[in-house]
Amino acid sequence: MLTVWAILIDGFIYASWLFLVAAGLTVIYGVMRILNMAHGSLYALGAYASASALGWYYAGGGDQLLVAFAIIAASAVLIGALTGLIIERGLLRLMYGRDEVLMLIVTFAVLLILQDAVKLIWGTTPYSAYQPYVAMGRINIDVLTVSGYDLMVLGVSIVIGFGLWFWLERTKVGKILRSIIHDREVSEAMGVNVRRMFTITFMIGATLGAIAGGITAPIISVVPGLGIEVIVMAFAVVVTGGLGSITGAAVGAIIVGLARAASIHTMPELELFIIYAVMAGVLIFRPHGLFGQVIARKI
Amino acid sequence: MTVILKTTGLSRYFGAVTAAEDINVTITEGEIVGVIGANGAGKTTFINMVTGYLPPSSGTIDFGGNAIKGLGPRKLMRKGLTRSFQIPQLFLEMPVIDNLAIALAAAENKQFQMIRPVRTPKRLEAAEEILAQMNISQYRNEMVTAMPQGARKLLDIAIAMLGSPRMLLLDEPTSGVSMEEKYALMDTVMEAVRQRGLTVLFVEHDMEIVQRYVTRVLAFASGIVIKDGPVEKVLADEKVQELVTGKPQAPKIEGDAPHES
Amino acid sequence: MILEKSEIPLIGAAVAIALASLVVPSWLVFTTTLAISTALVVMGVVMLMRAGLVSFGQGLFYCLGGYAVGLGGRYLGITDALLLVGLGVVVTVGLAMVLGLLVTRYREIFFAMLSLAFSMILYGVLVKSHNLGSTDGFGVVDWTILGFTPGSGESSTRIALLLALVLALGFALFLNRYFKSSLGLACEAIRENEVRVEYMGVSRKQVLYINYVIAAAVGSVGGSMTALAAGHVDPTMAYWTISGEFVFIAILGGTGHIAAPFLAAIIFTLVRTYAVELAPNAWQMILGIVLLLIILFLPKGIWSLFTRKKGVAS
Repeated sequence: MLTVWAILIDGFIYASWLFLVAAGLTVIYGVMRILNMAHGSLYALGAYASASALGWYYAGGGDQLLVAFAIIAASAVLIGALTGLIIERGLLRLMYGRDEVLMLIVTFAVLLILQDAVKLIWGTTPYSAYQPYVAMGRINIDVLTVSGYDLMVLGVSIVIGFGLWFWLERTKVGKILRSIIHDREVSEAMGVNVRRMFTITFMIGATLGAIAGGITAPIISVVPGLGIEVIVMAFAVVVTGGLGSITGAAVGAIIVGLARAASIHTMPELELFIIYAVMAGVLIFRPHGLFGQVIARKI
Repeated sequence: MTVILKTTGLSRYFGAVTAAEDINVTITEGEIVGVIGANGAGKTTFINMVTGYLPPSSGTIDFGGNAIKGLGPRKLMRKGLTRSFQIPQLFLEMPVIDNLAIALAAAENKQFQMIRPVRTPKRLEAAEEILAQMNISQYRNEMVTAMPQGARKLLDIAIAMLGSPRMLLLDEPTSGVSMEEKYALMDTVMEAVRQRGLTVLFVEHDMEIVQRYVTRVLAFASGIVIKDGPVEKVLADEKVQELVTGKPQAPKIEGDAPHES
Repeated sequence: MILEKSEIPLIGAAVAIALASLVVPSWLVFTTTLAISTALVVMGVVMLMRAGLVSFGQGLFYCLGGYAVGLGGRYLGITDALLLVGLGVVVTVGLAMVLGLLVTRYREIFFAMLSLAFSMILYGVLVKSHNLGSTDGFGVVDWTILGFTPGSGESSTRIALLLALVLALGFALFLNRYFKSSLGLACEAIRENEVRVEYMGVSRKQVLYINYVIAAAVGSVGGSMTALAAGHVDPTMAYWTISGEFVFIAILGGTGHIAAPFLAAIIFTLVRTYAVELAPNAWQMILGIVLLLIILFLPKGIWSLFTRKKGVAS
């Protein structure tokens, strides 16, 4: 029984982290039909920016938790939005309308470039900014203990999830975006500035990736290559849930999160294997993921 | 006179929308039948169901005495039922000659050969013959993208006629073709059809073309066949004039230039 | 079998490399062997690309080929290089025949991601296999070939090159014909227009399936040759960035000619040899920039530089 509780708690905490990482990926794909391989690099950029900013703050004698959170948020949003803007305006814009697979390769190239850019800027020595994590302590639930910071990640993830849902379903911009998703050409004909919407979407998606990295920075040791590990997992999550669907990303994250927690607590040797096995399993029965949509071709 | 195609109660619904309902059609060997109707009347839905692209919601389809409902395009082609497309379905980035060579190899059921070249002397010769018959020999080494729409239509129809089919369904063979080229195109196609002794069912918007090349007409409106009979009789029918031919034709969007995917 | 005109340069190039290997320094022989092995895998990636599919998981078969060599020597006592390569092919074809049933249902990014997932599963399994050295991998036994023992060191390096050359030439000759055959063209036809292919009476699934299995087999041979030459295997062979490198090389060379993967693989391997020394933290950045430049300015790869002036019909 204890194991079940441990699996549930760990599973949902991990799922909330997965959702944070995957949300930006699925938003960009949903609107722009670009599967952004460089998403992992944005995560890494967010993590590095936050870790170094936090390091600077704590080295200067700061010890306010709220200030630390503000620093994480500000540095992640800044670097995510800026990098997103540069990638979209400087590169992707030249290639709209090309094959989805070609765009995948283009973003793979961006990933390679950013990967080294991170090394050139921050070097190869690990950064750590564990202070906020330690400061939030641990909370006992019966005999299990949970880190307060992890619970905060869970909260942030829920807030971001609802925020995205509200943005897409209840705001004017969201309505325009949904019209682009539904039929890009028609929306263009109706006077929607699709290019501007793409810029906004890509910046938001990129920022979400950077925020995920920034929030994770205090939990981990920030090392080169960190984005690479993350992107593959994010892929598994969004493909399981159905590419381009926020609900899908949430459900995919919960399924993958629980599956991984179950494997860690019962069969740890399957940890890495299980994520992709879940994805492959879902795709066998639902070729476009749980919430994915099939587009028929007109002849 | 043997019956070649027979549909009974053929229907297709998309959610609450009725695309085709209770279509009962019998076509005998050697007939040239026109299918007319306004946009959205169910003509292409009917063709898509008969050629296995779209599964019917209900009803039966018999081809050459066998039930064929549920069979895909591939199996139907092997049984002798083929079609052309409103938007020609061709291999755009391949030379015209290779479009034919691979189609010829497929018609011979030799698509799994891995070592022998697809361009055998025999196939090249056959391809030349087809190109000559369709009057498109000058494009043999061009990419399909370099062909005008009329030539693409002809190549599309030529490929559909490979593999000795018994029945050919033409989906708007003259859409997107200029007024001047229309008749020449249809003459070429109908001559090839005559030589092969094919049964033809063709969807057409142009009533002059229908009158000229067809003996029998099926008139579609709102998913049902409202009239079926000799061409003069159907075109003279009041209801047909009101629903199909009377109104000026709406400009078409779906038949636009093919988009590479 | 009569030789075709287009096959003579391929044989000529193989003979020239074989002769050159007798005089050039050992490190260059080794590098060339790795490049040729890589090119074998890339040929498989190119086969898939011609059918419109991009695999970000060809490392799966590369790794299987490598580990078949390692495990065959370690647990089955096989030392003959040809048998080890053959073992890899058998295992790979077996797996590809199962996976092919699933992946041939997918196109575009779904194919890319699914193939990536499968290779990452193998990676995950190998990383957790402690008796196979986890992330460190393990050494390959000293191999023999047709009863002859090259021993270790220089002579084994040169013989590995010759073996890789023979295998690569064999595949190149096969693929050179394959690309012009019914099946080869059917793959391109599927990339161009699947609807038409089905209406021509051809099963897309069967065509893609056969193509996928052959591509996997070539990938396995490339992995086996890498293992034989390097004397070592480790799980990164299945890591997705390695598969990404194969995609990179395939795009660098282009799909226009069978020699393109070889040319691209040799350039790639040589540049990497220097770049990793001179600018270890900028190597991937160079790759990324080159990849973008190729996509923007040479969409058919560097091979198109050689064929640009010729007509389209070939």
